[in-house]
Amino acid sequence: MIGLEAAGLSYSYGRKKALEDVSLSVSPGAFCALLGPNGAGKSTLFNLLTRLFVASEGRIVIAGHDLRNNPRAALAELGIVFQQTTLDLDLTVQQNLNYFAALHGLSGRTARARIDAALDQLDMRERAGEKARALNGGHRRRTEIARALLHDPSVLLLDEPTVGLDAAARASITDYAHTLADQGKTVLWATHLTDEVQPDDDLVILHRAKVLAQEKARDIAGDVSLKDRFLSMTGAEA
Amino acid sequence: MTAYITSMRAIVLREALRFIHQRERFIAALVRPLVWLLVFAAGFRAALGLSIIPPYQTYITYETYIVPGLCGMILLFNGMQSSLSLVYDREMGSMKLLLTSPLPRGWLLFCRLVGSTAISVLQVYAFLAIAALFDIRMPAWGYVTALPALLVAGLMLGALGLLLSSFIKQLENFAGVMNFVIFPMFFLSSALYPLWKMAESSELLHDICAVNPFTHAVELIRFALYVELNPSALGWTLLATAIFAVAALVGYDPARTRIGRRG
Repeated sequence: MIGLEAAGLSYSYGRKKALEDVSLSVSPGAFCALLGPNGAGKSTLFNLLTRLFVASEGRIVIAGHDLRNNPRAALAELGIVFQQTTLDLDLTVQQNLNYFAALHGLSGRTARARIDAALDQLDMRERAGEKARALNGGHRRRTEIARALLHDPSVLLLDEPTVGLDAAARASITDYAHTLADQGKTVLWATHLTDEVQPDDDLVILHRAKVLAQEKARDIAGDVSLKDRFLSMTGAEA
Repeated sequence: MTAYITSMRAIVLREALRFIHQRERFIAALVRPLVWLLVFAAGFRAALGLSIIPPYQTYITYETYIVPGLCGMILLFNGMQSSLSLVYDREMGSMKLLLTSPLPRGWLLFCRLVGSTAISVLQVYAFLAIAALFDIRMPAWGYVTALPALLVAGLMLGALGLLLSSFIKQLENFAGVMNFVIFPMFFLSSALYPLWKMAESSELLHDICAVNPFTHAVELIRFALYVELNPSALGWTLLATAIFAVAALVGYDPARTRIGRRG
């Protein structure tokens, strides 16, 4: 059984290749970090995985559903936190969540129960009535994670979710994502920061449109720190 | 099935909430046609002689003539404004939320279209109410029979906005499109002058006006306000709606576009 699989993905913007024959696979309940410097192709990969773009080559399977042949079943299994905030800042936290729940066909009592549960899980219940604009960066992210969990997806994609957060908020959100994997969610976490990766995590290193390595973080790091290994892998070619 | 209705309700509600939060937009949308009605039309009343053309059965004042055109103007501006907000949504990322929902993309875009049209139509009624206060009135039933015409015209212009938003990559490009779409559509139509007047000046301009879908939208509204159906205007407006909507769907097809291209 595979939680998330991408095989042979290629994508280019005109002549510039953004992804070249990228393959990765994440087992259910695993936390997989997608590590790569800026411009490596992480966001392009996320756009393909979320079907905002369609890859010219390759295939994507989400919780057993092929994204090309069965996009709606695949998207229903997907919880997404985009790099840029996608909250409607003029709406309250609750309204934002209501809107999203409805986009996934949840309404009435079911939607309310799910929203309350998600807010509780992220300690955001007391802020439900606040406008998103009034929240700080950390709380906005929590709201987005709560939102991504509303429809109980089995696969979670997070695209550099800690960008712009302070150290405490960053650590707390990174830890929380690991907890979600422990609870059985398949998590793909894109980042360019090595300190967000734990030794037991699966790790995919993406650099210049290609996958350089895919193993346990501990095994990739070997006898040096992951940071040094990452720099030597990606910097040496620069 | 309920998922479809739930999503429709939520998208329309979001449009409504967004509209309530932008009171300036509502006021601007009302002031614009009122300036035309109360200032421009008053000045032009003497300059333009109108003969009796259908659906009018008596001589009418110029103010009365341009009311349907100004209803169309509200729908036109709002259609473009909603496309502007789609471009904004895309730049801000909230479009991604819509496009990654498991419901069919065409349905979600249609919901968006219905939401923005509903709000446009409400504004048209607000405008008609103010015009009535200034004694520019339509037959009482006309206010009812105009509703389907306004909805069809609103959907057509909204679909055009949707189509434009699929092409426009950045907000900055929008001003130009406004000038190249709104002004020609409005002035090359029967909104401000009957087409036979235009023909007196130039046959070519008349022909352009006659194929402009906005002309047909305005005529559809004009007849409906007088409790009459203009079948050819309805046909052309529906055809234009279908063409714009299909083209917009193609524009939003993930295999052809890069809606999420950022970052």
